[in-house]
Amino acid sequence: MDGDTKRDVLRVENVAKRFGAVTALSDVNLRLGAGEVLGLIGDNGAGKSTLMKIICGFHRPDAGRILVDGEPVELKSVDHARSLGIDTVYQDLALVNELSVYHNMFLNREPVFLGRFLDNRKMRRLAREHLADMGVRIPSVDVQVAQLSGGQRQAIAVARSVYSQSRILLLDEPLAAMGAKEGALILDLVRDLKARGEVSILIIAHNYAQVLEVCDRVNLLQHGTITFDKETAKTSVQELTDLVVAEYRAARQGSAGPAGQ
Amino acid sequence: MRDMTERAVSQTATREPQGSRARALLKGARDQFLRHREASVLIVALVLGAYFASASDAFLTHANLVNIWQATAPSAIVACGIVLLLVSGEIDLSVGVVAALSPFLMHYAIDFYSIPAIPAIVLALLAGTLIGLINGFVTVVLKVPSFVTTLGTFYFITGVVLTTSHAYPAEIPASVDNAIGTWLGAGDWAHLAWGLIIVVIFHVVLTRTRWGLHTIAVGGNPLGASESGIRTGRIKIGNFMIASTLGAFAGLIEAFRIHTIDPNLGGGTGLMFTAVAAAVIGGTALAGGSGTIIGGALGALVLAELQNGMNLIGISANPYFLILGAAILLSMIANVYLTRLRRGGRVGR
Ligand SMILES: Nc1ncnc2c1ncn2[C@@H]1O[C@H](COP(=O)(O)OP(=O)(O)O)[C@@H](O)[C@H]1O
Ligand SMILES: [Mg+2]
Repeated sequence: MDGDTKRDVLRVENVAKRFGAVTALSDVNLRLGAGEVLGLIGDNGAGKSTLMKIICGFHRPDAGRILVDGEPVELKSVDHARSLGIDTVYQDLALVNELSVYHNMFLNREPVFLGRFLDNRKMRRLAREHLADMGVRIPSVDVQVAQLSGGQRQAIAVARSVYSQSRILLLDEPLAAMGAKEGALILDLVRDLKARGEVSILIIAHNYAQVLEVCDRVNLLQHGTITFDKETAKTSVQELTDLVVAEYRAARQGSAGPAGQ
Repeated sequence: MRDMTERAVSQTATREPQGSRARALLKGARDQFLRHREASVLIVALVLGAYFASASDAFLTHANLVNIWQATAPSAIVACGIVLLLVSGEIDLSVGVVAALSPFLMHYAIDFYSIPAIPAIVLALLAGTLIGLINGFVTVVLKVPSFVTTLGTFYFITGVVLTTSHAYPAEIPASVDNAIGTWLGAGDWAHLAWGLIIVVIFHVVLTRTRWGLHTIAVGGNPLGASESGIRTGRIKIGNFMIASTLGAFAGLIEAFRIHTIDPNLGGGTGLMFTAVAAAVIGGTALAGGSGTIIGGALGALVLAELQNGMNLIGISANPYFLILGAAILLSMIANVYLTRLRRGGRVGR
């Protein structure tokens, strides 16, 4: 484990986060190796999105620390995390319906000329090329995002983060609104990225079969802490399902103790 | 690479059933209309102009055209700020009284504190900027809804204007009652020139700059915008400052035009309501995320034409409000309907 530490691109140590009376995360420890795809699973409200938003600089943790490439970092903003190579596809996608596809793809990192004027031509061209590159099919990059299907929107959001050439990619339920075909597209994309080995990916998902299909390792987040950490080769859909069901049973019997191991 | 998306487009195009060319044409016309919402307001402005010109020989005289653009410019200028604010999801009810305050500040600075002309004018404008900053701070940082914040500043500033002026009009100070005054509103062309310059600048700001794009993003999806790293508070506060500064500027040029500093400029709320009406008629949605500066300016023109034309053909001023009310309601209904069209991409859903 200690030998691996240097190769971990991302470490989360003893991170806690409360929202008023709600403790979203109590004590989270997590590591992401270089070129690794880590699946994060857990019930609704377990704190998965909160953890992701801490890693991407959106929330600041109440306790604990984040290490990027072994160096402790205090993430001040989304832009700051982005400058360190951390990029995110949020669960709510963070797309602006009123804007065109290409403006969404470059939101807050728009190429400009003369310091402040939008270089629309460049954005349009790059967006078109990049989406075609990824096999994402949309009528035109000029349409408003509001006109696209849920799956197309998801694809745009993923394409946006992948395009940013980040080293650490955080995907919060990227398969949620997708049909089978579109889901396969995203999974293929994750596999492509993994094959290139330039980016490490943390992916939150509910479909355990898909998680096992693309991830190297799986973590389970329960009651604000990681309760399970295994390589995908050593676990199964059955085991993951059992763990979550056990938690549900325990909760119903009124005992709040952690399930699993 | 690129032709892949284009191929996808042509595929969907050929998949359409035969004989639907007429429908495609209609759809094309509708898309154009949706994309250029300003065009419909322009058409209304032209039709109104043609009607009044045929009904009254006086309408197209030079003197009357000056009247029309002098009535248009202040509300168009204030509408620029209102549109930016509405697009970012906020509103400012205090711009009209900021317009009343700023010429008084200029007057106090020059006549009571012996400040030279230009610095006094700059001071009056900066006071507007500061009021915008306060509006923005209370709204964004203290999280008071802007409707309430600016209702508060509206009454507060009204109080400041009325107490300090004892509710009496003041004269334009001698040191600005010269070429400065001519340039800033007393001259026949001043309103037209300032109106055009400011409208063009803010049209470019809204449609061609990061600031404008982020303004739309903040109003359209506040959470998504901040998740993308946009500093949404900064954008909103900035737009409050722009709106209030433009209010102050509109107040100055009005004071120079009427050659008096009037504590009840525009009846206190008149300028603000006209500007909001112009923005709404021009196609700006109150919900945030969409709006156009040109539309707002054309909205101001339509309102000015109506008031002026009805006056010329001898209709009393009162039905003007009937028409204004109907125009606002129709525009809003059209907005809602068009937004739904755009969202659904289809009619009848
Ligand atoms: N911004 C917030 N303010 C208040 N409570 C929040 C906020 N974000 C998340 N929470 C709460 O924290 C808990 C974890 O939420 P979340 O991280 O979204 O869970 P998950 O993504 O695993 O479903 C939930 O109880 C949620 O209501
Ligand atoms: Mg979540």
